[in-house]
Amino acid sequence: MSTLHTVNKSPFADQTLQSCLTLCANGDSILLIEDGTYGALTAAPTTALLNSVIARGITVYALGDDLAARGLHSQLNNITTINYQTFVRLSCEHKTIQSWY
Amino acid sequence: MTNSNSFPAIDQDGYLLSRTDWNPAIARQLAQAEHIELTANHWEIIELVQEFYREFELSPASRALVRYTQQKLGNDKGRSIYLMGLFAPHPALLVSKIAGLPRPANCF
Amino acid sequence: MKSLLCISRHSPYGTAIAREALEAVLAAAAFEQNIALLLMDDGVWQLKDQQQPIAGIQKSLARNLNALEMFGVDTVYAHQPSAQKRGLNTAELCIESIEWLDDDQVRQLISNHDHLLSF
Repeated sequence: MSTLHTVNKSPFADQTLQSCLTLCANGDSILLIEDGTYGALTAAPTTALLNSVIARGITVYALGDDLAARGLHSQLNNITTINYQTFVRLSCEHKTIQSWY
Repeated sequence: MTNSNSFPAIDQDGYLLSRTDWNPAIARQLAQAEHIELTANHWEIIELVQEFYREFELSPASRALVRYTQQKLGNDKGRSIYLMGLFAPHPALLVSKIAGLPRPANCF
Repeated sequence: MKSLLCISRHSPYGTAIAREALEAVLAAAAFEQNIALLLMDDGVWQLKDQQQPIAGIQKSLARNLNALEMFGVDTVYAHQPSAQKRGLNTAELCIESIEWLDDDQVRQLISNHDHLLSF
């Protein structure tokens, strides 16, 4: 069974995304929301770790509205952009949710 | 300031607002309002929950009260039924009230 | 009974988050729920000894942590790498029995619980 991790802090200011990437388990998913969406940028200090997590088979999502609000649409890592309906579906599909804030 | 004749300030549930207002005479009045006549056995538990509060800065809910009594006074007294005999019908609530402590959280 | 894990990741006095986590644990325990507490990231600062909160204004989180056992919470877990990263001396803590976990053990702990409370 798996966990959906949501992260809402910018990795440029805060260690939260790094902690999440370090402790997520195979089969989990990660969703970047609010300022967490800055973690989708290739320039983020967490990019190497994020790519290694993706290589382990963990899917990283980002909430489209939060990316758009911040004007983030280019130079992004290999993440999947989702809407609120998918957010709800992911919440139901995982056994637990850990919100990193 | 409260003068010596008036009862100290209490909250809506009848618990003292300030622990520094507590003294044995106040305790007897608080107990009387709950129809409890304080004996040496009552005072032993009252002093115990005050010690609990000094140690943990919390008023004990039911299970914590039983555990602590068990640890400090042994198995004969560390039982719900013993505490119920002294502070019926709600030992955790009444002993904190009479001891001048805040109402225990999550306790009904 | 479903198992609950409270994950507390914030330091004790800067915000109310650590206190709210502890109060959630105490509430669950009072209702005889099966709940454990995991401290990680800045949450491990809650374990620092010699906390002296401002009298009459702040309540001592350290003293409340020590009450967990009395309230029926038998195990406090803490993430060892978080403590190491912060230079927290594990010989100078406010509570005696802590179960230290590495990254893998934290992953297992999370997956072994039915519900998470994130603080």
